[in-house]
Amino acid sequence: MTMPPDVQSSGEPVIAVEGLTKRFGEKTVVDGFDMTVPKGAIYGFLGPNGSGKTTTIRMMCGLLTPDGGTGTCLGYDILTESEQIKERVGYMTQRFSLYEDLTIRENLDFIARMFRVDNRKQRVDAALDDLGLSDRSHQLAGHLSGGWKQRLALAACLIHDPDLLLLDEPTAGVDPKARREFWDEIRRLSDAGVTVLVSTHYMDEAIQCDFITYIAYGKKLIEGPSNEIAERSGLVTWRVEGRGLAKLEAELSGEPGVEQIARFGTALHISGTDAKALNKAVQTHKRSGLTWSQQPAGLEEVFIHLMSSSRDNFASGA
Amino acid sequence: MEILSPSRFTAVLVKEFIQMRRDRMTFAMMIAIPIVQLMLFGFAINSDPKHLPTLVEMNDTGPVTRAVVAAMKNSTYFHFAGISSGPKASEEALKTGKATFVVVVPSGFERDIMRGSHPTILLAADASDPAATGGAAAALPGIVAAALRTVATGPLSMLKGGEDAFSVTVHRHYNPAGVTSFNIVPGLLAVILSMTMVMITAIAIVRESERGTMESLIATPVRPAEVMIGKILPYVGIGYVQTVVFLILAEIVFGVPFDGSSIAFLLGLNVFIVVNLALGFLFSTVARSQMQAMQMSFFYMLPSILLSGFMFPFAGMPGWAQTLGTAIPSTHFIRIVRKVMLKGAGVSEIMPDMAALGIIMAVIVTIALLRYRQTLD
Repeated sequence: MTMPPDVQSSGEPVIAVEGLTKRFGEKTVVDGFDMTVPKGAIYGFLGPNGSGKTTTIRMMCGLLTPDGGTGTCLGYDILTESEQIKERVGYMTQRFSLYEDLTIRENLDFIARMFRVDNRKQRVDAALDDLGLSDRSHQLAGHLSGGWKQRLALAACLIHDPDLLLLDEPTAGVDPKARREFWDEIRRLSDAGVTVLVSTHYMDEAIQCDFITYIAYGKKLIEGPSNEIAERSGLVTWRVEGRGLAKLEAELSGEPGVEQIARFGTALHISGTDAKALNKAVQTHKRSGLTWSQQPAGLEEVFIHLMSSSRDNFASGA
Repeated sequence: MEILSPSRFTAVLVKEFIQMRRDRMTFAMMIAIPIVQLMLFGFAINSDPKHLPTLVEMNDTGPVTRAVVAAMKNSTYFHFAGISSGPKASEEALKTGKATFVVVVPSGFERDIMRGSHPTILLAADASDPAATGGAAAALPGIVAAALRTVATGPLSMLKGGEDAFSVTVHRHYNPAGVTSFNIVPGLLAVILSMTMVMITAIAIVRESERGTMESLIATPVRPAEVMIGKILPYVGIGYVQTVVFLILAEIVFGVPFDGSSIAFLLGLNVFIVVNLALGFLFSTVARSQMQAMQMSFFYMLPSILLSGFMFPFAGMPGWAQTLGTAIPSTHFIRIVRKVMLKGAGVSEIMPDMAALGIIMAVIVTIALLRYRQTLD
């Protein structure tokens, strides 16, 4: 995936934070986090559950006060100017957080009033039309299905034409078709100059991002343009298909050079950072009935690799 | 930065009204509570109980005994349920609660009176509930004296005592008939208002955090004052509706007078409603779930009923309890309502209570605003 040229050339970053830290009691949830998001980019925020993604996003828009670090969001200080930031940000929460006992129209109307949108009635009507919910606008939001709730939530956080969208796992629990449509919409917004910061668990969504950052246990493990991530990780992957994969998996695990074995459908992906040692291990297991091929490491391998090594760090008290 | 934007304030207000309307159960409760409580407690509570079950242990009989028993019966305090066969049966009756009183007329009572040796009639009372027996026991000497005067003729004329050195006259002001409901009903307004106002605001705000909608709400550029006022104002309206229902019932059903100034009443009412809503708001900043908010409200209700002078005389409490009671808003509002309705008070008479309410309000609002967080921290 190549980046739009304007992403690289634009001057002032939309988000620029340094050393962002948040503690809940004894636990440091986000630890010295740096991030720079250029204007108009789609920035993917990846990491396992509980890695601090939501906390970081909340600090960006002033919902949580950082314990350390500085930074700006849309040119405003995240520590002192959260009110100005909120005016220009659309934040979509992980859990549906509009009012379930209000109708679809009432919810949009409420949010439009909160952002003091001009021509409120027309804007709400237009949003309902875009959603295709004009004829169901008097239905309670709580009665919508998961996919519709997600679309309503997106419509609500777009109603004031924000410059920055913060989307916290927006497609969790949404069917594939709805997810595809959702991402088409994100692309369109990005092309129109809206900056998007999106957290996700899905690799097919991660590769649609211009930039990716991966965090675990509150620390950033890797960051870069999504097409360079695999290269930067230095990971080499062999793919093997055939019969007796379970046996092969048992044999390979623990061999020098083999750092990770993951099953992908009917194939095994064997990866390691030491290409020589890995090749050696693979050669000794080449036998009939197995098809071996070397391929560039995918994002998923990279993240599983990062995840397992970061867990080691954590366990050893790093 | 502006403190209050009309657009955002309207948004919160409209949203609250819609939610309040959709929550039919709560809405019905808010209107039903004053009616049910007023009817229930207004009629049920009686601090001067009559017709208490009484047994007589007759060890002698004669004109004086008959006169005394008849006078007790006529006083309506005592309801004679039968004759007790002896001390054992009397004690049993008190213990089981069959009788609240046992009147024991000693043997040779009439003869001893004639001899002038001052015999004693014993009134054994079940004083485990002093409020139940107090009124009747206190009235008894007067009843007996009156009974003796009626029989003090002919051979018994020596029973007529000499003239008292002086007499005492009691004027019962503001409630000459001593009607309990005149005392209870005005106080109930304070109970009804604080019960609904505190609990419903606390729950309405905690509900936002519990359902997760608080996150959407504070992700908008909303200001604290817009949330606080927008959320509180609809319930002020509810408070007014409850008060109107109360006043109508108090007038029509209980005939409680309203002798004082309406302006004084309105002044007290408004400040009291705001204090309670602020208290509910304060509770909501502490509670993490609707359940906790509910528990805190109940915890607050008990002292505000028992220590505020609503149920028991404020002056009868020890000093520390009075200090505690003084900190409770209901204490002052109950005084205001009783003063205005029964004593015909105007604005100047309720000023001390208004000042106290004002101080309590300032303290609660300050703490609530300091505790309120515009973040999820």
